[in-house]
Amino acid sequence: MAEKIIKTEFDVERIRGDFPMLSVMVNNKPLKYLDNAATTHKPFSVIERVRKFDTEEYATIHRGTYKLGERATILYNEMRTKVASFIGAPEPRSIIFTSGATQSINLVAYSFGHRYINEGDEIIISHIEHHANIVPWQVLCEERKAILKVIPVNDNGELIMEKYEQLLSEKTRLVAITHISNALGTVNPVREIVKKAHDVGARVLIDGAQSIPHMKVNVKELNCDFLAFSGHKIYGPTGIGVLYGKPEILESMPPYVTGGDMINTVTLEKTTYAKPPSKFEAGTPPISQVIGLGAAIDYINSIGIDRIQNYEKELLIYGEKVLQDIGGIRIIGTAKNKASIISFSLENVHPHDVATILDEDGIAVRGGHHCAQPTMKRFGVPATTRASFAFYNKPEELDALARGVKKVLEIFS
Amino acid sequence: MSYQSELYQQVILDHNKKPRNFRPLENPTHSCDGHNPLCGDEITIYLKLNKDMMVEEISFSGSGCAISKASASLMTTHVKGKSVEEVKIMFDEFHRMIRGEFDPDKNKHHLGRLTIFIGVREFPSRTKCASLAWHTLICALDRKGEAYTE
Repeated sequence: MAEKIIKTEFDVERIRGDFPMLSVMVNNKPLKYLDNAATTHKPFSVIERVRKFDTEEYATIHRGTYKLGERATILYNEMRTKVASFIGAPEPRSIIFTSGATQSINLVAYSFGHRYINEGDEIIISHIEHHANIVPWQVLCEERKAILKVIPVNDNGELIMEKYEQLLSEKTRLVAITHISNALGTVNPVREIVKKAHDVGARVLIDGAQSIPHMKVNVKELNCDFLAFSGHKIYGPTGIGVLYGKPEILESMPPYVTGGDMINTVTLEKTTYAKPPSKFEAGTPPISQVIGLGAAIDYINSIGIDRIQNYEKELLIYGEKVLQDIGGIRIIGTAKNKASIISFSLENVHPHDVATILDEDGIAVRGGHHCAQPTMKRFGVPATTRASFAFYNKPEELDALARGVKKVLEIFS
Repeated sequence: MSYQSELYQQVILDHNKKPRNFRPLENPTHSCDGHNPLCGDEITIYLKLNKDMMVEEISFSGSGCAISKASASLMTTHVKGKSVEEVKIMFDEFHRMIRGEFDPDKNKHHLGRLTIFIGVREFPSRTKCASLAWHTLICALDRKGEAYTE
């Protein structure tokens, strides 16, 4: 039945064959992995590319006067170009490799913050940010005596844009906003947000951790000043992330982490720094992980991000339908423009218990506050159960989710 | 019986649905707020100790999952009338039991019916749910400000 509901032509079984983790058994049941907003699984091509690099090509970069080192350096730089082209960045030097989206945001908070944020300045975030896009700004504001302002959301989990416009002023230095809420799935109108911020001379950082895997993101079109995302949420390795920054802004920012590889010359009295991106990549970088990230981008491109987005949209519609059909379920996050994330709560059943009972059937969902406690508070719940989909999920898995939720309701009836 | 059904036994489901001693206490001699930062669960324990340092009255309020609520509820019914010293021994045995380090089937213990929480040892991610009330109780007895699951 279910497959007829999905109209997009998409050979999901063939795609599933690319992901070894998807054939793992959990509690003697086939894994139904619905926690993709937390982390995603890797296709063979990523695993194999990293294995080949580590077993046949590995060397450190930017030092080797030997063949292997030269090749590794060329490869590493090619990955920077690949990432730049993936997100529509005109210049590879605007791509900085970090350990993940969290570090990317911290880099901006520290470096941009120390150069540009002063007493009385204002930074704007939204009510539905991940803690990674709240805490660095709180710390910065406290340190610099700056003021943190928050865009409220309506009951659907959409930003109230009139309020945003009212918050903007000549005091606004930075707007740090998520592209897609990891807890609700809301897709924020970032292009409009950027335009309005630029009108008052403010810069904009977009947390793209949830958007990069699910939709086309083009930094040139969005005209954002910074974009942060993680490798492990786009079918790549952990420990690798990206910060995109407009080159002229990156040039003007002081270093964040200091040490080797980010310098021009060092004497015991004074050091001059390299230009970006090297200025922000002190120490030996996660070379294998960068190679793996490149392979993940190749994989996504081979499927096509537009096809991924269309298929996931249908999964979302189908998933919301089968869950709502059960009754007694409250979906939290009902924005018009929504990504493939369904957060829900059941009356009198805590999400932790839901997740534990679903696990018995091999269904992996997240029960908790999703590192978004202010979002939970806004909707009056301590936590939610969250099912988040990727293009390798199939409708049958959503049927299994619905059956599991029914079982939970029976146990707690 | 699956690990899940061992965890969600009828007694636990019953205490989740109808928690005992689930109310604030007026004029407690001891109290403490407990938090589980991992999931946002919150609980407050209220105590009245008599002059012999025995638990005369105990209650709790707050929100949490079935395991944490049932654990708090059953805890209050079991520590009432016990001395502070006995409560600390129970905490130690309970804590080690849910982490799989103490088997009440093979050892002398003071846990009574609290042994139904033994199923928690199969779920390392849930031990904090079961222990939150206990950490908070110990915090109240030690007159510390707030308790966090470690």
